[in-house]
Amino acid sequence: MFPFVLEKTRSIEDAIAAAASGARYIAGGTTLVDLMREEVEMPDRLIDINGLPLDAIRIEGDDVVIGALARMADVAANPDVQRLQPLIAESLIEGASPQLRNMASMGGNLLQRVRCPYFRMLDAPCNKRSPGSGCSAIDGLNAAHAILGTSDHCVATHPSDVAVALVALDATMRVRGPEGERSFPVEELFRLPGDTPHLEHTLLPGELITEIRVPGGPYSRRARYLKVRDRASYEFALVSAAAALLIEDGVIREVRLAAGGVGTRPWRLRDCEAQLVGKRPERQAFAEAAALAPQGARPLHHNRFKVVLLPRTIVRALEMAGEVA
Amino acid sequence: MTENPSHLPPSGPFLSRREALQATAAAAALATWPSASEAETSAAPAGAGTSAAAVPAVTLTMTVNGRAHTLTIDPRQSILDVLRETLNLTGTKKGCNQGACGACTVLVDGRRIVSCLTLAAMHDGSRIETIEGLEKDGALRPLQEAFVEHEGLQCGFCTPGQIMSGLGCIAEGHAGSPEEIRFWMSGNICRCGAYPGIVAAVADAAGRM
Repeated sequence: MFPFVLEKTRSIEDAIAAAASGARYIAGGTTLVDLMREEVEMPDRLIDINGLPLDAIRIEGDDVVIGALARMADVAANPDVQRLQPLIAESLIEGASPQLRNMASMGGNLLQRVRCPYFRMLDAPCNKRSPGSGCSAIDGLNAAHAILGTSDHCVATHPSDVAVALVALDATMRVRGPEGERSFPVEELFRLPGDTPHLEHTLLPGELITEIRVPGGPYSRRARYLKVRDRASYEFALVSAAAALLIEDGVIREVRLAAGGVGTRPWRLRDCEAQLVGKRPERQAFAEAAALAPQGARPLHHNRFKVVLLPRTIVRALEMAGEVA
Repeated sequence: MTENPSHLPPSGPFLSRREALQATAAAAALATWPSASEAETSAAPAGAGTSAAAVPAVTLTMTVNGRAHTLTIDPRQSILDVLRETLNLTGTKKGCNQGACGACTVLVDGRRIVSCLTLAAMHDGSRIETIEGLEKDGALRPLQEAFVEHEGLQCGFCTPGQIMSGLGCIAEGHAGSPEEIRFWMSGNICRCGAYPGIVAAVADAAGRM
């Protein structure tokens, strides 16, 4: 591996100052160490932030507040998270292996890089890794790639499962940086590739994710995450759907829907949600709403199946959410 | 360094295949290095890469299988590299070195992780348990016994990681059914396909522990 300097910090202020001057944060390291070993990422200075007091999980009113350094496994196993936000727990358990979930932090999960194989293939053009070099996936092996939110410069999906759940649930995140603190919806963390696919998120230089806040809603407990993939576990999604339902008097009052594995960022499905409100929670209504999901899809040679698989996955996720007692 | 002292011959010189290979590698290294003393005192391992640039060493303490070590390491070393190259604990295997296969699974502070994807320098004060630490006074742990009884291995390369992960799986309470075991052991890949024996061994040991 190339040489780098590793520094530790126990102060948020020191961490931010170091990052603002060019250092990279490292928490679980499950993506960054891997990419450094492959020399896809070559930071010369790392700040180990694991000593920062940002790993608590707490309840504030109806909200579940998750520290950015909380480990995926701890969040998934937390009784409050399981009780109040089962969609968060389920989407976490469907992501990565148990070993990786014991290491990976929530903030790092949101900031993980794409899993497009060409991004890691140093001799293949990739606009994300090397801006302006081209995209090998558009005419390459693209079965796992995105059909929504793509551009002529990048078609990689966002790989996180829990991000899909967080986007569905209108979660917000708090960040601190050299200019102070701000909060914004998790959905706004992720950029579409456009003609700058190397810019993946909206954090400013030096900004550190400190916590994620998931607002409670009456729909939160009837919620399921369905992940369709090439094998039953430890694999990235071909298509996934997060669905949360509030049913009153036999009618859908509120619904939250988002999809993974199909978009260049976690994909909120607001048109489908609007279509479902006021309907009876039946397969016919689910199918009519889900049919709206692939709107604007630009399938590639090998991933046309996702245009069909996406609505089917949404229908099944809605049925599963409706079945939750 | 041998895993099982009971296999040693009663007396006389003994060189395992591994020691012979290491001796050969050391001799090859010495041939290109300025002096033997420099080679002996260097902490930089082969696993850290080939860059000639100087990297400030990091000194830390680590408890491995109940034994405290003060180590001066290269910050580029993973826990896996430190175990294998610095401490000569080669039971933990380097498979993919990308976190995908689980062969390098160890327990760090009681939790199973893939040791290839974590920089050792980030684990000052950590307590690490490896496959070498399981056997006590010649007695295997129930999960090790179960692997033998259920033939949870063919080539055996994945076995240390499977066993360490299996201990985690059982301790976490995720060994309630074959389906649950398969899901929670999915971070460990076996190219021989010894999965039925592995699942049976974890289920069996979960009942005994």
